[in-house]
Amino acid sequence: MSVIVVFLLVIAGFAGWWLSHQRLTAKPWLEQGLAGDFVGFDRSALPTAKIGLGVFLAVVGCLFSLFTSAYFMRMGLPDWQSLPLPRLLWLNTGVLVLSSVALQCAVVAARKGQIDNVRLGLATAGLTTLAFLVGQLMAWRQLTGDGYVLTSNPANSFFYLITGMHGLHILGGLVGLGRTSIGAWNGARPERLRLSVELCAMYWHFLLFVWLCIFALLAGWAATFIDICRQLLT
Amino acid sequence: MVDVTPADAVPPAEVGEVELYHPHSWWTKYVFSQDAKVIAVQYSATATAIGLVALVLSWLMRLQLGFPGTFDFITPEAYYQFITMHGMIMVIYLLTALFLGGFGNYLIPLMVGARDMVFPYVNMLSYWIYLLAVLVLVSSFFAPGGPTGAGWTLYPPQAIMTGTPGGQDWGIILMLSSLILFIIGFTMGGLNYVVTVLQGRTRGMTLMRLPLTVWGIFTATVMALLAFPALFVACVMMLLDRALGTSFFMPAIVEMGQQLQHNGGSPILFQHLFWFFGHPEVYIVALPAFGIVSDLISTHARKNIFGYRMMVWAIIAIGALSFVVWAHHMYVSGMNPYFGFFFATTTLIIAVPTAIKVYNWVLTLWRGDIHLTTPMLFALAFIVTFVNGGLTGLFLGNVVVDVPLSDTMFVVAHFHMVMGVAPILVIFGAIYHWYPKVTGRMLDETLGKFHFWVTFLGAYLIFFPMHYLGLMGVPRRYAELTDMTIMTESAHHLNSFISIMAFIVGFAQMVFLFNLIWSIRHGREAGGNPWRATTLEWQTPQTPPAHGNFGKELPIVYRWAYDYSVPGAKEDFIPQNVPGDFAPSRESA
Repeated sequence: MSVIVVFLLVIAGFAGWWLSHQRLTAKPWLEQGLAGDFVGFDRSALPTAKIGLGVFLAVVGCLFSLFTSAYFMRMGLPDWQSLPLPRLLWLNTGVLVLSSVALQCAVVAARKGQIDNVRLGLATAGLTTLAFLVGQLMAWRQLTGDGYVLTSNPANSFFYLITGMHGLHILGGLVGLGRTSIGAWNGARPERLRLSVELCAMYWHFLLFVWLCIFALLAGWAATFIDICRQLLT
Repeated sequence: MVDVTPADAVPPAEVGEVELYHPHSWWTKYVFSQDAKVIAVQYSATATAIGLVALVLSWLMRLQLGFPGTFDFITPEAYYQFITMHGMIMVIYLLTALFLGGFGNYLIPLMVGARDMVFPYVNMLSYWIYLLAVLVLVSSFFAPGGPTGAGWTLYPPQAIMTGTPGGQDWGIILMLSSLILFIIGFTMGGLNYVVTVLQGRTRGMTLMRLPLTVWGIFTATVMALLAFPALFVACVMMLLDRALGTSFFMPAIVEMGQQLQHNGGSPILFQHLFWFFGHPEVYIVALPAFGIVSDLISTHARKNIFGYRMMVWAIIAIGALSFVVWAHHMYVSGMNPYFGFFFATTTLIIAVPTAIKVYNWVLTLWRGDIHLTTPMLFALAFIVTFVNGGLTGLFLGNVVVDVPLSDTMFVVAHFHMVMGVAPILVIFGAIYHWYPKVTGRMLDETLGKFHFWVTFLGAYLIFFPMHYLGLMGVPRRYAELTDMTIMTESAHHLNSFISIMAFIVGFAQMVFLFNLIWSIRHGREAGGNPWRATTLEWQTPQTPPAHGNFGKELPIVYRWAYDYSVPGAKEDFIPQNVPGDFAPSRESA
């Protein structure tokens, strides 16, 4: 459970930093009126949708941290046999990086108001993301073909479970990307389009980060890294 | 007397307007509504309906315990199904849904001065997914083999084995699916509650001017968003174990002479995941109750809340601490004793912020102008009950006391007092308090008093004797105890007594339901602010509040939520949106 506790410490640190800017030591019973120095504490200047997505990503992060925690706990038991990762995953990782880059380009284009480049970025991101999902499914097929089926070992079960969960989140993101693309082709208001593209990019970057963590975890580097940390501490 | 300083004269136009979805037909107004107030009523009605099912289940359990062997239809399997569904429904589908989905939806936008939740469409989806989760849960009663009988903690390996009702039938699959749906639906709603408190606050409503109700619901929602994923992970993994034969939790096991295909899994892993959700869940239910009760006490004692800052800090501290105590539910699971020491320490530390809250409630009452209205009676009963249940919690938090008491009726008595009776008392108080705002009419006071006294005294007569049974060693989760040596004659009489009291208290809830329905049409007209309260929901131009909550302009907040009995003020309360300075010190200056 140490992974999730560390994750929550990060969240708590962030919450503490935010709370420390909210005048929690104020004495509201002494302060009537609308003095000028209150105004800054009313709400954040960030768009509400971005804050909403941020909170959601914290929940998603929590979910994957918990899977990771469970992975480490189950890994310590004697019947664990790691499975060889298909080479294809490297290609998939590259494709997912590409889709994140494409969305970042779309964000830059949206900020400059270049609608053609926004469309190009969105289309590229959509196609590369689909390619990533197809690649993941091919990796699954390759593994099952080699006899690494879901039930034969907990390492396999975790592999399918975690990659599947990540894939489902990508699939959900594609719905948002689809809606944004419809807006981009049907002439949505520029500021609205910009926000949607930014939200997509934020989600994609986060899921790319999650994928890199998962990849490191499934490849066994994360365990090695933790072992090194543990040795340094003891 | 009203001294309007220049800083108060802020043009209302500076309050940002939000785009509201306006309903076009009866369906979008009352059924597929995006208005948080309608969603709140939908959530509350659904939660109450499924709660009634759980109430009936508790009666059936008490029939068996109080009069063993009398009722043929209550087989041991059926008894396990009753306790499982009773626990799961009460904790998750009733308490969580009612506090966050019901009160959260109704009160957050109104109390922070917003027109609606920030993502109304997602909010609507949240309710419909919750309803789907409830329907899936109910469907398990009609599935072959009936609902699961694994106990509300659903511990593997027994939860998915043949000997447990529903283990190899549909019961456990429907239970896990329903929980997964509930969590998805809750996450949608929870995002709304959190972001509305962050971004939807009207001008002048700083965090330290929020009513404690909003603080409680806000913190509980943040906790729920971070804790429910643990249950989600546990449910998904158990579903895979049950449906596809993986071995996340299932060890190698021989059942009826046959080796199952599972191998090497860890049941303790499930316990860690379950209680990582399960303990914060206690405070997910308790924190909204803490917040609501603070507002009830302050309003009905006509006195400002004592130590508002401490109350806020205590809520945050309890929320943070509750994430590092989960393993105190696992003292008997065979984990490392040093862990037990650590978790016992953190558990006992939680008593500090909780005690601060109790002292502050009592000091708020001290020399207050206490009006013994029905909501106030429930609020006072909550304080007593919570202290009671909290004290037995200190017993059970210690490893050496917990080990012998584990899995006895003492534990049942403890958690029913602290997270069953206490939050339910607050829910009742809150319904009596806010019903006039929701419907425009008061609940009947005489029926309310009757409901209160029967519920309050009855709950004590049910759960106090259980402590003694537990200390005698009477175990929980046993359908039949007749032949055990610890079950003396008097213990049997006590059990029958508890059962009879349970029926009487259950009957009182029917009176309450009658009151709820009857008063919609026949209750006394309430007016906009019957309790003469300060918070924004009582200052709406219409009662019940119209679509968009406030009139043309959103209110501007000039003061905190607890300006009761301010010296020098004309009335004994000053609403949050009234400008001006009533402090005597400045008046003389």
